[in-house]
Amino acid sequence: MISKSRLLCTSAGLALALTATPLLAQDVTLTIESWRNDDLTIWQNTLIPAFEEANPGITLNFAPTAPTEYNAALNAKLDAGSAGDLITCRPFDASLALFEAGYLAPLDDLEGISNFSDVAKSAWNTDDGSTPFCVPMASVIHGFIYNADAFAELGLEEPTTEEEFFAVLDAIKEDGTYIPLAIGAVDQWESASMGYHNIGPAYWAGEEGRLALISGEAKFTDEEWTEPLRVLARWGEYAGDGYLAQTYPDSQNLFTLGRAAIFPAGSWEIALFEEQADFELGAFPPPVPAEGDTCYISDHNDIGIGMNAATEHPEEARAFLNWVASAEFASLYANALPGFFGLSSDPVTIENELANEFVSWRETCESTIRPTYAILSRGTPNLENDNWLHASNVLAGTETPEEAAAAIQSGLESWYTPGMFDE
Amino acid sequence: MAASAPTEHKPARRWHIVVFLAPAVLVYTAIMIIPLFSTLFQSLFNTVDGERAFVGLGNFITLFFDPRWAQSFWNALANNFWFFVIHMIVQNPIGVLLAAILSNPNLRLRGFYRTAIFIPTILSFVIVGFVWKLILSPLWGIAPNMLDAIGLRSLFSPWLGQEGAALTTLALVSVWQFVGIPMMLIYAALLSIPDEVIEAAEIDGVTGAKQFFKIQLPLILPTIGIISILTFVGNFNAFDLIYVSQGAQAGPNGSTDILGTLLYRTFFGFQLQQGDPNMGSAIATMMFLIILVGVSIYLFGIQTRLRRYQF
Repeated sequence: MISKSRLLCTSAGLALALTATPLLAQDVTLTIESWRNDDLTIWQNTLIPAFEEANPGITLNFAPTAPTEYNAALNAKLDAGSAGDLITCRPFDASLALFEAGYLAPLDDLEGISNFSDVAKSAWNTDDGSTPFCVPMASVIHGFIYNADAFAELGLEEPTTEEEFFAVLDAIKEDGTYIPLAIGAVDQWESASMGYHNIGPAYWAGEEGRLALISGEAKFTDEEWTEPLRVLARWGEYAGDGYLAQTYPDSQNLFTLGRAAIFPAGSWEIALFEEQADFELGAFPPPVPAEGDTCYISDHNDIGIGMNAATEHPEEARAFLNWVASAEFASLYANALPGFFGLSSDPVTIENELANEFVSWRETCESTIRPTYAILSRGTPNLENDNWLHASNVLAGTETPEEAAAAIQSGLESWYTPGMFDE
Repeated sequence: MAASAPTEHKPARRWHIVVFLAPAVLVYTAIMIIPLFSTLFQSLFNTVDGERAFVGLGNFITLFFDPRWAQSFWNALANNFWFFVIHMIVQNPIGVLLAAILSNPNLRLRGFYRTAIFIPTILSFVIVGFVWKLILSPLWGIAPNMLDAIGLRSLFSPWLGQEGAALTTLALVSVWQFVGIPMMLIYAALLSIPDEVIEAAEIDGVTGAKQFFKIQLPLILPTIGIISILTFVGNFNAFDLIYVSQGAQAGPNGSTDILGTLLYRTFFGFQLQQGDPNMGSAIATMMFLIILVGVSIYLFGIQTRLRRYQF
């Protein structure tokens, strides 16, 4: 009997709490959907305690899904109405589709959103730039991380041009102690993101090439888009035995165990590599095609966070989003997760050396984003997924760069006509 | 009291039948029949200019006649057939062979073998996929080292990363996992053959392999038929193993793509590709029809001709 009446009391209390939240300021739990399951400990140990201390009455529940399943799982949850209050946003078209479907709340009246530049907001904005729907959290920069001990041992220096890059690879291969390049072809995104999109901007001149592609002035079959595929095809012979069946975690392990010398990387690797590798790490930006060329880096707006339009706690969710937009969060996040560079206009001091190396390239090189994310990712076949497939075929040597370029282009042309999304 | 008297002459209403059937009918309707029909129904719609519109067989026309969709669909279907063929020519004969060996009364440690061979069937696909991926990994796997130990290292190649080998390798992994099921069913069928039949055969001088092919095999044919149809249904609904070991893109270059992975990618979307539930439903409908046709051919074309022996 006692337990029954207690149950009644609790449920009555719960009902009261649900209906009277704004008045009584009862504890509210906000659930965060994310694909960054690697970050679970950082959220739990650093970010969530900091927020909860500053905002009594709101608790956070960080509930990540595996990266490749995130979009499918999130879409299903949103359709079913069971998604969390806060939604981590993929950049560009994927999130825009969610916004247009009414799943993400517009954030144009959120105070914190003014802390970000237009470029930072561009990944989570409507095409006309009027309505942001996610708070930008971080971008990632591509480049190469190398085993500095191995370089010292073999007397190698950081390459700056394509020619020097292959000379370095040849030297490592000749020595035979290390696999020159840690990259596998089986997890297709690795070939595209770490390969094609990493070295490519130097050939297609970054933003200029990307925008030309959108406007239809450039095609994947053009020289500047095919050449990086040819370079990628040459990587195969440096990738070591069995790279055809080598997965992305295999590549990470090969590198951190000291068996491979160079890792085509994104800055998100920094935290993991520093934890696991017991050798000195160095980094260099993507090599330029010829001496004296401008260098370009892929500085990709990668992660933002928005509010589920159907959340029951919009006030609390907005309080959280304002905190994400604050300098406090930017500093906590950048230092807890070296390699994820905050997008806030407030200057942030990064303590990690390697992360600083990456971010310093913003001063010497031109920044661009991955060409397959904005606007060109709205149709079927999806350009990004096609790019994965054909980049990995090229890396695996089962398709020539020219065939791959033609296939990517014809996939895009099958649904895209330049200007089709202009108002 | 008097009023109730005439009712005693009516046949009793057998309410208990309804009561006992109701839970199964309700559950089955709710989680099988309604979703099946709503999938079939959903495949007739699509989003046109942002509005949900009835397109009739439009999705199927796209699936069969749009070069890209058709290419993916036929590729997945052909792969699915190959996956099934490997099971039929490897899994079932091995299952029969194992059952025949196990039913030999002189075999020792029979229980141990039976359990050992059956255990993989109870493992999750995730574990099987992951374990085999590790075994076959050219970097850390034990397969290259084991081949090296017997001087055959040159035979090893990164099978899961090669277009020509990946699907067959995965089919064989699946065979490894499920060979226990035909083995057990056939074993049970062999045990149910009365000793008199075997004795009569022996008296007639039919022994050994001849005895197996002439006497036992015809008697277990209906069981093999059932196993084949279970394999067919299982293979055409397969998804997990491919997804776990090769990802939703079913690489390399779509060479391990089967209808299940194509359905998943289309229905839920993948990475930046938005999901398309209507096209996904069209593919699901095709899977349903293929399985329906396959099962019907079996039931009406083969099962009715198989003679059942009653002892």
